[in-house]
Amino acid sequence: MSDWKQVCTLEDIPRLGSRVVRHEEDGGVIDIAIFRTQGEVFALRNKCPHKGGPLSEGIVHGKQVTCPLHGWKLYLETGEAVAPDVGCARRYPVKVEDGVVFIQF
Amino acid sequence: MKKPRLVMIGNGMAGVRTVEELLKIAPDRYDITIFGAEPHPNYNRILLSPVLAGEMTVQEIILNELDWYKQNGINLHVGKKVVKIDRVKRLVVAEDGSTEPYDRLLLATGSNPFMLPVPGNDLPGVIGYRDIKDTDEMIEAAKLHKHAVVIGGGLLGLEAANGLKLRGMDVTVVHLGSWLLERQLDEVAGKMLQKSLEDRGLKFLLEKQTEALIQGESGRVAAVRFKDGMQIPADLVVMAAGIRPNYALAESAGIYCNRGIVVNDTMQTYDPKIYAVGECVSHRGIAYGLVAPLFEQAKVAANHLAGYGIGLYTGSVTSTKLKVTGIDLFSAGDYMGGKGTEEIVLNDAAGGVYKKLVIKENKLVGGVLYGDTADGAWYFQLLKDGRDIHDLRDHLLFGQSGGGDAGHQGQNKAALMADSAEVCGCNGVTKGTIVKAIKEKGLFTLDEVKKHTKAASSCGSCAGLVEQILASTIGGAYTPAASAKKPMCGCTEHGHDHVRKAIREQGLTSIPEAMSFLEWKTPNGCEKCRPALNYYMISTWPHAAKDDSQSRFINERVHANIQKDGTFSVVPRMWGGLTTPAELRAIADAAEKYNVPTVKVTGGQRIDLLGVKKEDLPKMWADLNAAGMVSGHAYGKSIRTVKTCVGMEHCRFGTQKSMSMGVKLEKMLFDMYAPHKVKLAVSGCPRNCAEAGIKDVGVIGVDSGYEIYVAGNGGIKTEVAQFLVKVKSDEEVLEYSAAFLQLYREEGHYLDRTCHYVERVGLDYVKSRIVEDEEGRKALYGRLVDSLKDAKDPWAERVAGKQKNEFEVLEA
Repeated sequence: MSDWKQVCTLEDIPRLGSRVVRHEEDGGVIDIAIFRTQGEVFALRNKCPHKGGPLSEGIVHGKQVTCPLHGWKLYLETGEAVAPDVGCARRYPVKVEDGVVFIQF
Repeated sequence: MKKPRLVMIGNGMAGVRTVEELLKIAPDRYDITIFGAEPHPNYNRILLSPVLAGEMTVQEIILNELDWYKQNGINLHVGKKVVKIDRVKRLVVAEDGSTEPYDRLLLATGSNPFMLPVPGNDLPGVIGYRDIKDTDEMIEAAKLHKHAVVIGGGLLGLEAANGLKLRGMDVTVVHLGSWLLERQLDEVAGKMLQKSLEDRGLKFLLEKQTEALIQGESGRVAAVRFKDGMQIPADLVVMAAGIRPNYALAESAGIYCNRGIVVNDTMQTYDPKIYAVGECVSHRGIAYGLVAPLFEQAKVAANHLAGYGIGLYTGSVTSTKLKVTGIDLFSAGDYMGGKGTEEIVLNDAAGGVYKKLVIKENKLVGGVLYGDTADGAWYFQLLKDGRDIHDLRDHLLFGQSGGGDAGHQGQNKAALMADSAEVCGCNGVTKGTIVKAIKEKGLFTLDEVKKHTKAASSCGSCAGLVEQILASTIGGAYTPAASAKKPMCGCTEHGHDHVRKAIREQGLTSIPEAMSFLEWKTPNGCEKCRPALNYYMISTWPHAAKDDSQSRFINERVHANIQKDGTFSVVPRMWGGLTTPAELRAIADAAEKYNVPTVKVTGGQRIDLLGVKKEDLPKMWADLNAAGMVSGHAYGKSIRTVKTCVGMEHCRFGTQKSMSMGVKLEKMLFDMYAPHKVKLAVSGCPRNCAEAGIKDVGVIGVDSGYEIYVAGNGGIKTEVAQFLVKVKSDEEVLEYSAAFLQLYREEGHYLDRTCHYVERVGLDYVKSRIVEDEEGRKALYGRLVDSLKDAKDPWAERVAGKQKNEFEVLEA
């Protein structure tokens, strides 16, 4: 397990919104979406399990995000799709310390 | 802390639905115990007829498997009848002597078949038709015996008779009335139904009064004798002469009953700790026997049991459908008509089609459809909404028509479709898939079907067809809610109109304020209600309300259209479809500079640059701004384009300057936010090259002025625009068009196009506000102009740095 990496401040993410974090991993580049709900921060691979839609562009509500392409809903805590859809986006651990956001890759 | 105990007596559809609704909104509030007299988990009683007919099995009609009870921690006692309620000690006593204490009690004891009080009504072979046991008994009898007599020519009786006939019995239906289904059909339709059932081999004895059931040598029933002396053989007698609410238990406990357990609008009995729902209930003097009203009751009871204390049940209008495969019949409301009503009738006896609509004071109050029930759901919606049908009157009888609810290949008769036929063209869902999901998963509403099958969940044009499939699969169990009351989404009980009214009257200017005032059930809404609320705020309080960009769909948030690969498209505005060499050069330069892979001319007379990376958007907009171009709003629920023909400036046929008229309209409406996208067109003569006949507002130049058409649509629901008014000057075109669009902005439901809005309120109403009320029109025009007085180019704002975070990627 690699280390925690500083990403941005909490204020850099709009409330009920998200930002994209570009990360190099295994020689490739992947995009991760970090979401800010009413009081928490979550991170998921920025790729909907349905047809690869960018989750970072979705509407955040409760602890879910709705994919902008075809309206799948995913739980931010687990990355699992809300039933009856089935699928999962990879989840990354996130912590906020003194207003600074860290992701564990 | 120990949870309060909820005990439910009765394990049928109404009761279990109440528990389901309760678990949805307050999953951990109670320890729940359910007593069911039958040895089965909750099943779909409505589908007993298909089981009898051999079209389905008992297993297929189970709604809640035993596992469901277990997973929800419900203590279930099946096959255990409750014989006593002790209201002082607050406990119920079962027939085996066991007791169960309660803090809240829910009575859902259903109903019993009415057994005619004639000698012999307790003989072996005489049964009611109510549950799985009765159904099994009929199936067994059909194997051993020949003659069946069904007493009662109502829905249940006919379904039973049909099933027994299919099982090989010789069936006679005895009916007291002069025609079948006299509670649902008028005489003409009743006779037509009788004829087609006779063609299937059923026999009927009408206006016959049963005197006695005669015992045979075996001890079993052998014959039915009538008052007129006639006697017919019968090895099986099915009593289907109605149901009686089962309230004996409640009455014995001293709970006030009057032909049912009497409840108030919150489904509470005279004992405040005891609620009752379903067929056992008498609400405002009515005991309902159809499932749709019972589900409405369930919702209200659950809400009060959960402690929310909102929601009232105020009674239901019901509709009926007979579940005999191959017979199409629908009835609703006051189908008989009479004094003060008018009727529109189509009667094609040879073709087997009969339609009667009953109208009172320009409103549809009832109807009967036989042979062609495709428009049943639409009529029922009109009826429940109480919409003024004056403007529809000349074609009302011919149905909703048009491409509207036509499904993928113009299909509009759900019952006639093959299982393999595609219903939802967007998501490739067939009729068979939908029917299977409805049956196996026990779905009752359009929303449930959308969720489980994805049908009607994209463009929604097949929603009407899906509703028909629901109606033909589950019969009377399907009832659409009145549009005005239909909740906006799962986050609230309130419909669009109610929410708009609250925002207006309470002066609510922010989404959190509205959610708190209207008691939203979720902390911050969902992707459906938030954009709607945001629109309602801004359209109601154009200068006071602040736009909430996190409640906008991505396209509106970043002023470009998201594409399937996550890139965006950019469409600069070309006023009235006009451009210049300089603008074209700037577009060409931008396309090359940002490696735009596709450049396309759109249907709205402008140019689309597709495949732009999100990070590049502000830079590209800056370049286009520098050349004098602004956003085309091709991404928004807003003014899109004003399409024009060349008009009299060049065209030899042109009668008006359509290009300059188009430019004036587009400048006036620039940056206008609306319930959905808005498209206009101006043609210079009736040849109508700008296709004004399918626009939200279509203007057609004629020699003496302009004709204005409204509520056309070229998209999902191809709809020809309707004539609104003829005017003389350009100024009038601006005023009338603006007034119409402002009316739509103020009263439309979010995501309704103008065609949906006008269909809901009627063209007569629109004319009364725009054409006949000069002062009102000018006021509407004034409000539109006022709300657009600060219109800005959203691209320029972003170029200047507004929310620039949105376009920047973080690195880690």
